[in-house]
Amino acid sequence: MLEALDIRFAYPGDRPLYDGFSLSVDKGERVALSSPSGTGKTTLCRILSGYLRPQQGRVLVDGVALPKRGACPVQLIGQHPERMVDPRMRMRAVLEEAGPVRSDLCEALGIREEWMLRHPHELSGGELQRFCIVRALASNPRYLICDETTAMLDAVTQAQVWRFLMEYTSDREIGVLLVSHSPALLRRVATRMVEL
Amino acid sequence: MVEQSNESAFAHEQTDHASAELHHHHSHATASKHIGGHHLLQVENLGVSFSMYDSSDRCFFRARKRTVQVIHDLSVSVHAGEIVAVVGASGSGKTLLADSVLGLFEPNATVTGTIWFDGRQCDARDLERLRGRGISLVPQSSANLDPLMKVGRQVRGVAKDAEDAKRRAALQRELFARYGLEPQVANLYPFELSGGMVRRVLLCCALVDEPKLIVADEPTPGLDLDLAVRALDDLRSFADGGGGVLLITHDIELALRVADRVAVFKDGTVVEETAVANFASPDLLRHPFTKELWRALPDHDFDIPKGGGTC
Repeated sequence: MLEALDIRFAYPGDRPLYDGFSLSVDKGERVALSSPSGTGKTTLCRILSGYLRPQQGRVLVDGVALPKRGACPVQLIGQHPERMVDPRMRMRAVLEEAGPVRSDLCEALGIREEWMLRHPHELSGGELQRFCIVRALASNPRYLICDETTAMLDAVTQAQVWRFLMEYTSDREIGVLLVSHSPALLRRVATRMVEL
Repeated sequence: MVEQSNESAFAHEQTDHASAELHHHHSHATASKHIGGHHLLQVENLGVSFSMYDSSDRCFFRARKRTVQVIHDLSVSVHAGEIVAVVGASGSGKTLLADSVLGLFEPNATVTGTIWFDGRQCDARDLERLRGRGISLVPQSSANLDPLMKVGRQVRGVAKDAEDAKRRAALQRELFARYGLEPQVANLYPFELSGGMVRRVLLCCALVDEPKLIVADEPTPGLDLDLAVRALDDLRSFADGGGGVLLITHDIELALRVADRVAVFKDGTVVEETAVANFASPDLLRHPFTKELWRALPDHDFDIPKGGGTC
């Protein structure tokens, strides 16, 4: 169980985005988080995956706080893939950040061998996002946070990515928290909805 | 740009646009207007290729160069008063089309073809001059904002004189109010904004220049449905006021809401151009890729094509 307990977070000089907010995601569950733009969905995703620390409250993974070292058991697939990769690394090196390249994952997401030697700016946003997904899954996370993961993908690729993620995460009982602005997609993918 | 002779330029202006249902590779919608007897924007036989070092060569210093063709034989046109949506697979070169219309060419790119804007054939320098003075871009990435400038100043842009500065400041406040951005947002830096707020700021930047043509490259991801619809409605009212919009997006559902015509883009070219009404049923669509897109929509079958798809 991934739990956020009594979270309070405010950006400096601003009123708190939430105070005493709690949320839990069970194994194999796909929870959709919805609220209007600018109310702190992405911030919450970053808190849950250890990129930000809440000012109050705790984030627990199966009862234990997020580890300070090693791969985080909660992996974030972000909204802007171009900000999640080192612009000076070739894509193969980007994937190797999470250990040996998993060719089965690359194949499932349609990553072509020729992209491996390119730099991030030589790929489209959608192509880059697939690398981010492979990198996140290669570290064997227990929970996955998908923040507008397929917002930059066309409908065919979106369906392909989500069909793959749904199968992969339910086989391995990975809990998923997803954020999307498309109600149709949430109806397809989510098993439960949460309002922020 | 490849030069075209004057006779063919004249021939184009002589084409009877109103009666021709389908001519030079495109269809017309009811909102399509030919002010002055020409298109607002016409792109014919556009090709974009890049020269790259061949990474398969073993020695770094002796690597040969090769060219990679990314866009080929692309023709698309925008009339005054309409929104043309370009939808297609990710990585098929949609953003390159936007860059070409804006005259933003990478140093290693070779661009061929003809671009007409408002009845005039444009070369690279003309397109550069039109940037912000006729054609405005709503860019795809938040990285297009200056990270060290407050967003209010970025939206107001560069004024010609004191009067223009006043007009821009008033327009900026009005646009912020219309998009639900509070006045104090003008004093924030881009990193302090959420993804959805950045989109709205980028849209405001384009509208403040009062252009004839807006090229919107993925203006909606990160906006909630309500705001996305409002942003697209604004593009719609901009078009209804006589402007033209080239809306580049992968979000077909939203595109169908506002667009007059849809050009389906795949592997660097337009495979099908069709009226929005034809998306009511897959049987009305001609190209197999368009049908695939239709079936993959979450509201339809959320289906992926047999054989692993066409990533």
